Amino acid sequence: MSAETVAALKARFPQVSDRPSLDHPAVNAPAGEVPEVLRALRDGFTFDFLADVTAIDWSQGRTPRFTMVYHLYSTTSHEYLRVAADCPSDTDPVVPSVTGLWPAANWHEREVFDMFGIRFSGHPDLRRILMWDGYPHFPLRKDFPLAGIEAPLPDPDVVAETGVSAKPAPMAGGPFVASAGEMNLTEAEPRAKDESWTERREKPGA
Amino acid sequence: MAADYAFPDTAARSAAGEFETEKMSLSMGPSHPSTHGVLRIQMELDGEVLTKADPVVGYLHRGDEKIAENMTYNQFVPYTDRLDYLAPLANNMAYAIAVEKLAKLEVPPRCQAIRVVTAEMARISSHLMGLGAFGIDVGAWTVFMYTFTEREKLYRLFEELTGARFTTSYSRIGGVSRDVPEGWLGRVGAFCDQFLPILEETLRLLTRNKIFMDRTVGIGLISREDAIAYGLTGPNLRGSGVPLDLRKDRPYSGYDQYDFDVPVGTKGDCYDRYLVRGEEMRQSVRIIRQAIAKFPAGPWHVTDSRKIFVPSKDKVLTSMEELIQNFMLVTEGPQMPAGEVYFEAENPKGVLGFYVVSKGGGVPWRLKIRSPSFCNLSILPKICVGAMISDVVSILGSLDFVMGECDR
Repeated sequence: MSAETVAALKARFPQVSDRPSLDHPAVNAPAGEVPEVLRALRDGFTFDFLADVTAIDWSQGRTPRFTMVYHLYSTTSHEYLRVAADCPSDTDPVVPSVTGLWPAANWHEREVFDMFGIRFSGHPDLRRILMWDGYPHFPLRKDFPLAGIEAPLPDPDVVAETGVSAKPAPMAGGPFVASAGEMNLTEAEPRAKDESWTERREKPGA
Repeated sequence: MAADYAFPDTAARSAAGEFETEKMSLSMGPSHPSTHGVLRIQMELDGEVLTKADPVVGYLHRGDEKIAENMTYNQFVPYTDRLDYLAPLANNMAYAIAVEKLAKLEVPPRCQAIRVVTAEMARISSHLMGLGAFGIDVGAWTVFMYTFTEREKLYRLFEELTGARFTTSYSRIGGVSRDVPEGWLGRVGAFCDQFLPILEETLRLLTRNKIFMDRTVGIGLISREDAIAYGLTGPNLRGSGVPLDLRKDRPYSGYDQYDFDVPVGTKGDCYDRYLVRGEEMRQSVRIIRQAIAKFPAGPWHVTDSRKIFVPSKDKVLTSMEELIQNFMLVTEGPQMPAGEVYFEAENPKGVLGFYVVSKGGGVPWRLKIRSPSFCNLSILPKICVGAMISDVVSILGSLDFVMGECDR
């Protein structure tokens, strides 16, 4: 079944070629043709389930540096098919999005963008998903060290004031506070905040 | 209270433009009891009805995939515990099988049976936790007490087998860390015998419970087409009536030897997902009983000429050859051929996949974890719109996700 699928696919898309694989049938496709190839596989060859979308970084200096990998599953014949596509650019990779075919690709592509910096043209909502908005690095690239790179957190006000590179608690500055220290239980309950002093203005008598 | 005072009517009238309402945005989580961890949902509300839901994930991101690229295959096993930390034994097994496929290794029948028994026990313990938490989410405390008592019994058995209750790290590439202890299988069988009546009693607390049904029937509907399009797997997919189960469709670890049924829902609402999980526990007991009844003798790890599994301790301490083998395995890792494999296992939460890219040697070049909770949560923006805040709690409980796995 899968061998025939691959043969039929290659007949229809001349640029599609075999990809060495240890398990499931696999093909290489040009990045620009990926949506059409996947659409043909979904509609014509029963590969209707998008199991996974990911990327590989073959490390800096290698061309092509990034490869997109799609795993499709057939809910009728219960077989997998791997479609790989080398990204055309090593510095600013852009590939067409497949969110139009499967909504499942939405989060997968956001994750690939977040981790590898591969952008998806036509993606409806290409934001970071695991790291926070404004994070400057792409952690799964091979030039990103395992120990990480210290990055500024997204609240410059707090950093400037306190000298601590930390995010404030969500309720900081809100209407209630829960004070620590020695006090009776009634006073330890969250209660209206004492507005006579703030982080910027010192507490009277302190 | 006036008879016409009801929230859904108000919402419908507001949507029809009868009167102006102001949208409110509300952030639910990341620390909220019903978000089962550190999921945050940025909601936009019209009264009590959601007009927009944007799940914010990543609060528990630890970079597991980056870590995997920097250690040998066996060293990564403890990290798999921390994916779906409610069923670590199932994760251990999925990861080990993925790497064994890369090495083209076939583990002996006894090892396969051990893995099946532990994975099904993990499924029961995960579903017990999911059910108990779901009950609490919709206001049924008692269920939680029952399910946690049973889960504790399972954890005792896990502890006896692996030395740890939660972080079992039981699999090794080519086997498991130790054989089952004397009499352990008998105790698992005894657990199953006493568990089934308690399971029935527990499910009876919910299945025809009016409050529970009011909170779940017809809530969080997911159609067959949506379930497939959004990549849902596991009980959430089967709850929508799609009879997909990798244990049946692509049997691994000898699942084809066991007789079991795959329960499916009819409507795809929260109630169907609950029913599917309840039935899956019964089926897991069936599998465990069959596995114990014909538990194979023989080796419990591979005896492969390529020396992928660590030799036994007494050999390491007395024989030069085994000492060297042990040293090489610990320092350089089991040597793998170059190539790429993708393996998916049917875990309690859904399909857990590992995509391993190797350039040869003892360290993967890339290891992608396809986590079921991540994919299952991506449907939230679709099914939450139009639901009430209290429905969101039901929906989250019925999706039964784990953030450790979603955020990796």
